[in-house]
Amino acid sequence: MRELSLHVLDLAQNAVEAGATALEVRISEDRGTDTLTITVTDNGRGMSAELAACATDAFTTTRTTRRVGLGLPFLAAAAEACGGGVTVESSPGAGTTIRAKFQLSHIDRAPLGDMAGTIAVILAANPGLRLTYVQSRDALVLRSEFDGCLTPAEALAVRERLAGWPAEQPGGVGDEDACGTEGAQGAC
Amino acid sequence: MKTLAELKALKERASKDLALREQTDAQRIVVGMGTCGIAAGAREVMLSILDELGKRNMSKVTVGQTGCVGLCAQEPIIDVMVPGQGRVTYTKVDEQRARRIIAEHVVNGHVCLDWALNVKDEPRT
Repeated sequence: MRELSLHVLDLAQNAVEAGATALEVRISEDRGTDTLTITVTDNGRGMSAELAACATDAFTTTRTTRRVGLGLPFLAAAAEACGGGVTVESSPGAGTTIRAKFQLSHIDRAPLGDMAGTIAVILAANPGLRLTYVQSRDALVLRSEFDGCLTPAEALAVRERLAGWPAEQPGGVGDEDACGTEGAQGAC
Repeated sequence: MKTLAELKALKERASKDLALREQTDAQRIVVGMGTCGIAAGAREVMLSILDELGKRNMSKVTVGQTGCVGLCAQEPIIDVMVPGQGRVTYTKVDEQRARRIIAEHVVNGHVCLDWALNVKDEPRT
């Protein structure tokens, strides 16, 4: 995955497939502790302790079409490559919380990417899903709650609104830097 | 028509007919959003579909997502379901293709056979 926001979309699809009706996505950038944390919480059917313990193993899957499932293993690999990791908290009937931690300034950390596009796609494709989206950068917090279905135009309006945040953040170690690095590699 | 009961019965029948018509009018587009689909660009495909539907003011068309269907090498995959025409599966869809599929298939009813993997008579429920 080229962007961390694509992992979030993947986790959201997992949640929907687990029968979730409410989803919370939390993106926290903390420049003080140099961490980026992505938390996705759902109220789906949850997993047993044994399944949760090996959920990041590529050879663990609940599908029957094949024996591998790569979504969580990809995320775990991305996080571990950046001095972080993934934790899975789940219990049957109570839903699942996936938490991925990255070193914010790590050279291998993928940019967060089009998080607004991810949110718009989740909303447009899942009418009836209650979605809470919390994005924070240090003390700055944006909290958005969505309920009910959106027309395509409405979903894109949400994307426009979220994409503008945060407006001006001088001296950030955020995505601007990550994108800059990517551009430099392309130039070589 | 003489009584209130008759009027109510008429209203019920009419609203049922209307609901049925609206249901059969509903076109549906489903984008494959498994890990493989997402990695291949399903989100951008979905966003361009939303953009195209928004521009054309087609709020009746429902857009959905589904998981991996086992054809990971052919992703991004989208299914277009038009009532009466069944389900058409398109493979290796990108933003331009998605826009053309909306224009040619969803709006004008012509299946884009070049990119269609499978054309099924009966819609899968």
